[in-house]
Amino acid sequence: MDILNFWVELGRVVGEWMASWGLPPWAVNLIADFIGVLILVVFGVMAVIIFTPMERKVIARMQDRPGPNRVWPYGLLQALADAIKMLTKEDIIPSKADRALHMLAPILVVIPALLIYAVLPWGPRLIGQDLNVGVLYVVAIGAIHILAVVIAGWGSDNKYALLSAFRTVNQLLAYEVPMVLSILAVVLLARTMSTQGIVEAQSVPYLIVTPIAGLIYLVCAMAEANRSPVDLLEADSEMVAGYMVEYSGMKFAMFFIAEYVNMFAVAILVSTLFLGGWKFFGLEDVAPVLAPLIVFGKSVLVIFCMLWFRATFPRLRFDHLVGFSWKFLVPLSLINLLLVALVVKIPVADSRLAPWVQGGAMLLASLVVMAATALLLNRAARRLKDAPALKRIVAVER
Amino acid sequence: MTLSVSHVIFVVLSATALVGALGVVLSRNLFRAALFLVLSFVGVAGLYILLEVEILAMIQLLIYVGAIAILIIFVIMVSRQLMSPQYRAWNQQRPGGAVVAVVLFAVLAFVLLSVTWPTAEAAVPQDAIARLGRALVAPDQFVLPFEVASVLLLVALVGAVVIAREK
Repeated sequence: MDILNFWVELGRVVGEWMASWGLPPWAVNLIADFIGVLILVVFGVMAVIIFTPMERKVIARMQDRPGPNRVWPYGLLQALADAIKMLTKEDIIPSKADRALHMLAPILVVIPALLIYAVLPWGPRLIGQDLNVGVLYVVAIGAIHILAVVIAGWGSDNKYALLSAFRTVNQLLAYEVPMVLSILAVVLLARTMSTQGIVEAQSVPYLIVTPIAGLIYLVCAMAEANRSPVDLLEADSEMVAGYMVEYSGMKFAMFFIAEYVNMFAVAILVSTLFLGGWKFFGLEDVAPVLAPLIVFGKSVLVIFCMLWFRATFPRLRFDHLVGFSWKFLVPLSLINLLLVALVVKIPVADSRLAPWVQGGAMLLASLVVMAATALLLNRAARRLKDAPALKRIVAVER
Repeated sequence: MTLSVSHVIFVVLSATALVGALGVVLSRNLFRAALFLVLSFVGVAGLYILLEVEILAMIQLLIYVGAIAILIIFVIMVSRQLMSPQYRAWNQQRPGGAVVAVVLFAVLAFVLLSVTWPTAEAAVPQDAIARLGRALVAPDQFVLPFEVASVLLLVALVGAVVIAREK
């Protein structure tokens, strides 16, 4: 067996094995596609079992406490115990709620989270479907997620849930703009919208080429995946649990699953768009078998950073959060996009050197912009500090 | 005419879009009507995918579901009156509405039946998106309408900010 294409070969061998039973080719294709979808979906949902213990343990360690430690071993099976608890809980629907929509929301919230896995590349040629509009597909699917949360908020007949639905529209739309702009910078650099093409175009990870886009995308992705400290949709200190306050048992579990599936998908996206996907210093050429493990390792790293954020920063106030996006992230990502658009037009005689020259120019320009941003922020903060107390409050309110 | 898989898919998608459209008109509850509108949009997006123009399908989802439908739902949620179940979905202008609907249907049907639609046997080219992108900024193709539309949207954006600004 050709070790270079281990995963692809595996699929081919299984296909031939099925054909040997006398199945027609279309049936083999159908079954193969079905198995592929099943693997992707199961793997996505497995994210809950993998990352809940990780989240609880990592945050516990950062907060200097043991975390869950009763369910053997080291409390790592806590997620399983929680799942059984969820299954045995009573399913409650508020009497005045819109029953059909109340039931629809938990289903609709998981679907887009899983649909994203169709375009996430796990290795060379190892991808659900290499759409030529891959990243656009991811952004479009996000729209259904917003819709599901709004339906959950409205269909629960609860004031907190409705408030959360308002916040959803506000927050997710605000953060979608800089997110799309930073993705656009990557698309300009890679000259393709296919996720696989973006990985292949990264001779150097785009986080180094255009750090601004990478950082903005990470912040926006956290807001989209509704992670603390930007989880204002369910801020339990302000509105109990937001849109999922009226959900119990398995229906609540669906929201829980969707959150982790989403978080994992976002982490894989960050590693695909900015960390080089399945590339790791040429290791993917030596042993393509490891490509999925490289992707997994990078996403775990991204998720660790998200947990680190969560343990470090307090939750933002809502108007600050939205203002941060419109007044800071959007202008910055626009400037970054302009820079990228200019840099990719730098004429380089040798086409093999072009990515390196352009990448270097981009990195330099990015560093200058970042320094200028830091300087401006510093000056604004100093002005705020020197202002009399009353003026300071007014300025913050604005 | 033999019945292929794509025919079946076409019928299912069209049915989805039509059921959604009927739901928009017939639903008593405005919030549900907006959701039926989303169903209709998704059906149309599916038709685009069947026609192998993935980019239009994605734009359809992004703009119509992600922006327009969400905005409609937002407006419905903000206006308290509209949300109460007692709110009547019908008003006094039903005859006028019927006339407009019939005329619109007649015009659309006439156009649909009288124009001979050009069809091409060739498959969709692989670099369709790249070609579309270049066509949009090519001086001899669509650069003028494209830029004018951008300026129009920018004017609308600035206008909205000016109106919403506190004095």
